[in-house]
Amino acid sequence: MLLLALDTATSAVTVALHDDTGVLAESTVVDARRHGELLAPGIAAVLAGAECTARDLTAVAVGVGPGPFTGLRVGIVTAVTLGAALGIPVHGVCSLDVLAAEPPLDGPCAVATDARRREVYWARYDADGRRLGDPAVGRPVDVAPVLAGLPVRGDGPSRYPDAFPVAAEPSVVSAAALARLAAGALAGRGELLPPRPLYLRRPYAAPPSGRKRVLT
Amino acid sequence: MTADGPLVLGIETSCDETGVGLVRGTTLLADAVASSVLEHERYGGVVPEVASRAHLEAMVPTLERACATAGVRLADVDALAVTAGPGLAGALLVGDAAAKALAVALGRPLFGVNHLAAHVAVDQLEHGLLPEPAVALLVSGGHSSLLLVPDVTADVRPLGQTIDDAAGEAFDKVARLLGLPFPGGPWIDREARDGDPAAIAFPRGLTGPHDMRRHRFDFSFSGLKTAVARWVEQRERQGEAVPVADVAAGFQEAVVDVLTRKAVLACREHGVADLVIGGGVAANSRLRVVAEERCAAAGVRLRVPRPGLCTDNGAMVAALGAELVRRGRPPSGLDHPADSSMPVTEVVAR
Repeated sequence: MLLLALDTATSAVTVALHDDTGVLAESTVVDARRHGELLAPGIAAVLAGAECTARDLTAVAVGVGPGPFTGLRVGIVTAVTLGAALGIPVHGVCSLDVLAAEPPLDGPCAVATDARRREVYWARYDADGRRLGDPAVGRPVDVAPVLAGLPVRGDGPSRYPDAFPVAAEPSVVSAAALARLAAGALAGRGELLPPRPLYLRRPYAAPPSGRKRVLT
Repeated sequence: MTADGPLVLGIETSCDETGVGLVRGTTLLADAVASSVLEHERYGGVVPEVASRAHLEAMVPTLERACATAGVRLADVDALAVTAGPGLAGALLVGDAAAKALAVALGRPLFGVNHLAAHVAVDQLEHGLLPEPAVALLVSGGHSSLLLVPDVTADVRPLGQTIDDAAGEAFDKVARLLGLPFPGGPWIDREARDGDPAAIAFPRGLTGPHDMRRHRFDFSFSGLKTAVARWVEQRERQGEAVPVADVAAGFQEAVVDVLTRKAVLACREHGVADLVIGGGVAANSRLRVVAEERCAAAGVRLRVPRPGLCTDNGAMVAALGAELVRRGRPPSGLDHPADSSMPVTEVVAR
């Protein structure tokens, strides 16, 4: 098995290669505005670092968010197009689950990441790392009471320290962690998702109100 | 038309069409397009986030449909081209990332190309290699440009462009105030056939003596749109029915008059004998007729691709990619940006 893992749901553009034994190579660059420029070179770099070519890949795993839409789509369209070109399966992983997965928990925790528009994507996890319910999006002031007392991973605490005072690492997704999570799921320990984005919000657009008048 | 040469796949996602084209030399093998236009209809215009979501959904199915039509596999592709700009930022990124993924997966060169140059290059699929130089008139919902094109792969010079609305945008806005559906172009065209283009004299923007000095090859359609709105509202205020066909015909005539007049003037003043018209508005039947008449009178050869190749599609991107390969131009890097305001002088992204 040679699994390519990638995620663009947070400000990290992160790529890793995993064989049956562990992570062979990883590339992570944090730059929220350049996902489209950094991802393909990152993939080329990890393949070269492991002395492989794309044709050696047997599967792709991609973080499906939730995350800011424009960057999120870069990762998912890259994954599904690689899958189509190489004829290999593409699996989705909830990006918040990756943040909760490593390092291992010593109790319940939460994840909150920037959702733009003054909101966060969030989820809660029990002490065994199981997510409690579906990932959601909301205003920090509304989410804070639900997560009170829990250590919070992701970049939510650094953006909204008043709402999430107990910050925990990591703050951005690591594709190495995603690769280990996906490899475990492929081995039967956990579930995988279809490679489709978890937007959690409808497009922001309103049908036009009546015609604008030009005569006064 | 060459039947041999490298197989080039082109991807277009700058607005609301997900396009994948396959071209070998100047031969079109496949032109698969998935449009999200119906999803935008109720908003009266293209909603960028709706378009971006649709591109992601459509990308792999459209790639597969293009390959099936052409009878090739993705692994057969020799080079890739993608619209790197200009266009909607989030929409461009979907196609650009997909093209980069193909470049990595297949180990093939990738050209991130300019959307406007691709609208010019697509004519090679129908009428053979472009004359050099040519003048190009590109008119769509997002662009209205006059270009001098000494070499579509390396030397494209802007002569003029709209200073406010694009021509296609004016069609959409006038259609809306006449109660016609979105996108407005085909509906105005249809209504105008039953109307008298001379019944209402609408203004011709930037054609007065002063503007012809300062904005010789520029366009303006915002004032025209407002003039139509005023005319319609006055009618309504007087309690009279709006003669939709005459308004459509008069508006369309004003747009077509200015576009063709300035395009032919550009050819004459730059000593160019060939005019190429592209972009979605090039599908307008009246524009094609008037351009034919005026080009014939001025001794200019006119090249207009069939309507399906004038609107946004992947074939035009593949056509430009094939020409870049034929001329041995260097490809883009995997780190090239998708640039929503890519200048027309930049044919290939670096």
